[in-house]
Amino acid sequence: MKLTTLTFAAAVAASPALADLVIPDLSYRTGPYAAGGIPFSDGYQDYFTLLNERDGGIGGVPVRVIECETGYNTEKGVECYEATKGEGALVYQPLSTGITYQLIPKATADGIPIHTLGYGRTSAANGAIFRNVFNYPANYWDAASVAVKYLMQENDGSIEGKDIALVYHNSAYGKEPIRTLEELSKKHGFNLNTLAVDHPGQEQKSQWLQIRRERPDYVLMWGWGVMNQVAIQEAANIRYPMENFIGNWWAGAEHDVTPAGMAANGYKSLNMNAVEDMPVFAEIQATVIDAGKNAGDGSNLGSVLYTRGMYAAMLTAEAIRKAQEIHGVDDITPQQMRDGMEALEITDARMEELGMPGVGPVFSVSCEDHGGSGKGLVQQWNAEAKTWEVLTDFIEPDEEIIAPLVKADSEAFAAENNITAGCS
Amino acid sequence: MPDQLLFAIEVTLNGLMAGVLYALVALGFVLIFKASGIFNYAQGVMALFAALTLVGIMEGQVPFSHLINAIFGTDIHHFGWHVPALLAILMTMAVMVLFAWLVQRFIFRHLVNQEPIILFMATIGLAYFLEGVGDLMWGSDIKTLDIGLPQGASLWVEDNTAWLGGEGFFGFFIDRLDIAATIVAIILVAVLIAFSQYTKQGRALRAVADDHQAALSVGISLNFIWVLVWSIAGFVALVAGIMWGAKSGVQFSLSLIALKALPVLMLGGFTSIPGAIVGGLIIGVGEKLFEFFIGPMVGGATENWFAYVLALLFLVFRPQGLFGEKIIERV
Repeated sequence: MKLTTLTFAAAVAASPALADLVIPDLSYRTGPYAAGGIPFSDGYQDYFTLLNERDGGIGGVPVRVIECETGYNTEKGVECYEATKGEGALVYQPLSTGITYQLIPKATADGIPIHTLGYGRTSAANGAIFRNVFNYPANYWDAASVAVKYLMQENDGSIEGKDIALVYHNSAYGKEPIRTLEELSKKHGFNLNTLAVDHPGQEQKSQWLQIRRERPDYVLMWGWGVMNQVAIQEAANIRYPMENFIGNWWAGAEHDVTPAGMAANGYKSLNMNAVEDMPVFAEIQATVIDAGKNAGDGSNLGSVLYTRGMYAAMLTAEAIRKAQEIHGVDDITPQQMRDGMEALEITDARMEELGMPGVGPVFSVSCEDHGGSGKGLVQQWNAEAKTWEVLTDFIEPDEEIIAPLVKADSEAFAAENNITAGCS
Repeated sequence: MPDQLLFAIEVTLNGLMAGVLYALVALGFVLIFKASGIFNYAQGVMALFAALTLVGIMEGQVPFSHLINAIFGTDIHHFGWHVPALLAILMTMAVMVLFAWLVQRFIFRHLVNQEPIILFMATIGLAYFLEGVGDLMWGSDIKTLDIGLPQGASLWVEDNTAWLGGEGFFGFFIDRLDIAATIVAIILVAVLIAFSQYTKQGRALRAVADDHQAALSVGISLNFIWVLVWSIAGFVALVAGIMWGAKSGVQFSLSLIALKALPVLMLGGFTSIPGAIVGGLIIGVGEKLFEFFIGPMVGGATENWFAYVLALLFLVFRPQGLFGEKIIERV
C-alpha cells in the first residue's frame, strides 16, 4: 500500500468530521487473493479520486474512501465493517461472498446498503425481501445461465447429451452456480459433473486427471485466486482444448492466464464489463496517476479487474447522484443512498457521457429487482497479443430458470428471518 | 488390464509425484527441527520469499521500489536488465544465507534456552514479518517463473502406455514438471546426506542435533550451526518455491504449501529426512487414491482433510512418526 494512502488515511482519521460522502473500500492487498483484490481496489478508489479532483466530488461533496484490509477473510471483513460503519458509511462493497453473507443481517439492521457487483448472495436480487442488498448488474446464476446460453449458440441451439464439468472453489462462492446449472441441465438435457477444489486450489491434480479420463465436452470454472492459474495450467497439461474451457467473470483476469504463458491461449471467460480502451482511462492517467494520487502503483489501469473496480465505483457514484436528486440534498444518508440505488438507471448515453461507453449493459434497478440485467459477455485470451478479445455481445440470462430460483431462495430466507416482503 | 485399474495406477503415480512436492516442503521443517528443536512455522513463507526474490532478481526488479517511490517521489521499478536463471538462483541463495544470519543474529540468539513454544511463537512472528517484507520488497502481483523447467504431459509415457488399456484409456499422464521435481528431490536428498556424513560442518550439524551441550563442550559453535541449518532450509525452500511457483506463478498463496507439509511431518516424523520423503509419498498416494475411489461419493475435495486423517491414523500407532526418534524420558 502506498505510504501516501496511509498518511492520508491517518490524517483523515485525525481530522474533525466534515461533510463528505464516506465509501469504505473493503480491499485485500495481502494474502493469497491479493492479486485479484489489488486491481479492483485500485480501480474503485481511483475513480472516486478522479471525481474529487476533477469535479470536486459528487454534487459538490467530496468522496472520502476508507480502505480496510480484509485479506479476503470473513472475520476480518466483519471487523472492517464494524470499524468503519460509524464513520457514516454510505454503502459497502465487500468483494467477497463469504463476507457478504455475514454482512447482510448486520447491514440490514444498521440500515446501510450493500452492493455486491456480480458476487454475493444471488437471491438478494429480490429487493422486496433484501431491501438493503443490491447485486446489479448480474449475479452468479445469471453467469451460469449466460455460459450455458453461449454453449447453446456454439452448438446450433442444442447441447443435449453434452457432458459439462464444473470445476469450482469449494466455498460459498464456488457452490453458488450449482443449483442453476442443475436446473439448466434438466431443461437442456446436458450432463453435469461437479468437481470441488479445496482452498486455496494449489493442488488440483485429482480433478484434472478425472477430466482427462472423462473428457467432458466443456469445462466451466468458478475459481478465484491461485485456483484459476493452477486450473488453466493443469488444463494445458492434459491438453484439454482451451476453447472449451470457460471461467466465470472472477476467473478471467490477465493474471489468471499469464503464468501459463502460451499454453493459456484460447481460454475463455465470462465478463460483466467490457475490456476495451475508454476515454476515462486517459482522464484517470492525467488527473490521478500522473498527479501521484493513485491508490496503487498505476500499473493496473485498464486491466479487467481495474476496469471492474472502476465500473463498481461508477455505479456507486451514479447512485449517489440519483439519491441527491431524489432527496434534494447533497450530503446524503445511508437510507437515502439505498433509495438512490433502487432508482438507478444506467443508459448508453450516460456511460458515453462518463467516458466509458459500453462498459456494461444498460439496466435499471427497481424495488422488485435489485439484480440488474444479468447480462454477460464472453471473452477469449490471446496469449500472443496478451489481450482479451470480446467474442460476443452482452448475452441475456435465462430468466425462465433463474426467476423461480431467486423467488424460492429469497422467500425461504424471508421465512427463516421473519421478513415481510414488500415494496411500499 | 481393466481401465479402472489403469486409472488407479495413474492416480498412484501422480500421487507419488505430488508426494515428492510435499516432501520438498517438509524437508525444510525437518532440517531446522532436527538441528535446533524449532518447529519453523515460517518455512512456507520462506519458500514464497525465496521464489519472489528469484523472480525479482531475474526480472531486474528494484526491491522496495514502491517504498522508494513513495518516499522520494521517484518512478523506478526496474533496473532494465535480466539475470540468467542460474546466476539468479545463486544470488537468491546468497539472500537466503543473509536471511539465515539475520534470523540467528536478531531473533534466535536471544532466545537460547527458551521453551520450544516460545521458539515456535517466534517463528509465527517471523512468518508474518517475512510475508510483509516480501510484499513490500517485490509487490503482491502474480509473477511468472520461467527457468526453463519442462511442463505438461510426457508424450513418451503416454504413447508407450496407451496400448495397456481400451479405447477410453489414453496412456498414463505424468507431468514433466513432476518428473523434474522428483529428480531434483533425489539429488537434493543425496547431497544433504553426503553433506551430513562426509563434511566437517555436516558432522558438526549432526552433533548439535544429537546433543547441544555435548556439541558445545567440544567447541562447535552453536551460532554457526544454526546459521548453516537455516541457510540449508532456505535453499530447500527455494527449490520448493521454484517447483510450486512454476505450476501456479509466484504469488502469496505459495506460503500455504506449508499446510501440505504438516501431515507429512506427522507421518514421517519431525527429525528424519527419509521420513519426510516416505511420508510425502504416502500422503500423496493416500490422498489421491482416496479422492479417486471415495471422493465422488462424498462430493469431492477430500484431499486437504484426508491427508490429516491419514497422518492421525499413523500417529495412533507410532506417535513419533514412521522414522522419528522415540523419546523415552525417565522420571
